[in-house]
Amino acid sequence: MSDLFLPIIIVSVIALLFAIFLVIASKTLAVKVDERVEKIREALPGANCGGCGFASCDNYAEAIVNDGAEVNKCRVGGKECSDKICAVMGVEAAAMEDLIAFVRCQGHPETEEQRLNYKGVQSCKAAMSFYGGRLNCTYGCIGIGDCVSACQFDALKIENGIAKVDKNKCTGCLACVDACPKKIIGTVHRDSKYVVACRNHEQGKYTRMNCKVGCIGCKKCENTCEFGAVKVDGFLARIDKEKCVGCGKCIEACPVKCIVKI
Amino acid sequence: MKELLIIFFTAIITQNVVLSRFMGICPFLGVSNKTKSAVGMGFAVTAVLVLATLVTYPISNLILIPNGLSFLNTIIFILVIASFVQMLEMFLRKFIPPLYSALGIYLPLITTNCAVLGITLINIEDFSTMAQLPHALVNALGAGIGFLMAMVIFSGVRTRLSSKKIPESFKGLPITLVAAAIVAISFMGFSGVIDGIFGAESSGFPFIVG
Repeated sequence: MSDLFLPIIIVSVIALLFAIFLVIASKTLAVKVDERVEKIREALPGANCGGCGFASCDNYAEAIVNDGAEVNKCRVGGKECSDKICAVMGVEAAAMEDLIAFVRCQGHPETEEQRLNYKGVQSCKAAMSFYGGRLNCTYGCIGIGDCVSACQFDALKIENGIAKVDKNKCTGCLACVDACPKKIIGTVHRDSKYVVACRNHEQGKYTRMNCKVGCIGCKKCENTCEFGAVKVDGFLARIDKEKCVGCGKCIEACPVKCIVKI
Repeated sequence: MKELLIIFFTAIITQNVVLSRFMGICPFLGVSNKTKSAVGMGFAVTAVLVLATLVTYPISNLILIPNGLSFLNTIIFILVIASFVQMLEMFLRKFIPPLYSALGIYLPLITTNCAVLGITLINIEDFSTMAQLPHALVNALGAGIGFLMAMVIFSGVRTRLSSKKIPESFKGLPITLVAAAIVAISFMGFSGVIDGIFGAESSGFPFIVG
């Protein structure tokens, strides 16, 4: 039995010696970490999504304390989180833009002309490099779901062949915006009421050839809106959130139904 | 004294830990993109190597081998190295914070750096008695300085590479590995140098292989 015990004893003793040695070292070489960093780190959600522009929540917490980074950059934590950070840092928070992601396309396979049946690698990026994807429309959602896999909060899903953002789940980290090779995911204010669900800047005629629900730039919405909130610029309508009162007249006016409620 | 010098230069040049023995490739490729952090990493590895040898060599020769437990070498050495890396991390954090943040993730990686474990194990194989502790320490120091030298040379190569036009498919890691291979080949050119400096009898030492 001693054959078995001797190695165990030796390893345990050596391990114990080093443990003691490390404990002493950690006490004598301890570095004072600013306790504000730890408090801020606790207030942050810890998703490490990178939406704030820093590599991780730890990095952001350090940057706030050491480099004076702005306290309102965490979109995931939202106002609650920035309030907590303000309490720790003792500063007033600047107003925070509460943005969410929005997929500016409705062109699912039934309404949009398809030019090829893509069966390659199941990734939007790969499909994009293959003649720009399955759809005729250059701005159409490919629908394989690079954005879905980029989303850490389960807020995106593919419905009817196009990506859709769940408004309640979206935290606004905007990881999907970078993931989309077509760049059709945009940002809208969480409390905006109507959005133009199209990004096609082509002339109405060409948009219409490819897609039944694309904005053709007919200006009907612009003329209908009593508040000057809708502007057509480059054959694409745009709704100014500040001016929009949510009357919904533009939705009725739109012949292609590309203005939607969110 | 002559023996120690031979061991020292052999460890640096002909038996260079990275370029001849191909150990510790991870930090060699990971940290060598900036000369400053390459130097820091080189010194950190050197320090860990010498300290680890100072502890592991007596442990192995006084405790493990007399009891016929040399099979425990690897596990005990890993324990020792891990502890030293922890301590080094605390030390750097306290006294040289810029280097600490520059090394970042690669500092804990010294723990699993096979250069450190490899050299301590090779020391046990090459030298056998306690009287040869200075030899082992010099070998460890030479290996560390060899690592430092390889890192610095290679960071220079990479700085040159970064300003060159590289074919798309070679960008990033592929061209880095090709460059590393060429630097390693150039180190083969040193193979007769130790004989030339210290006389032919130096190649009679058991620890000089190839």
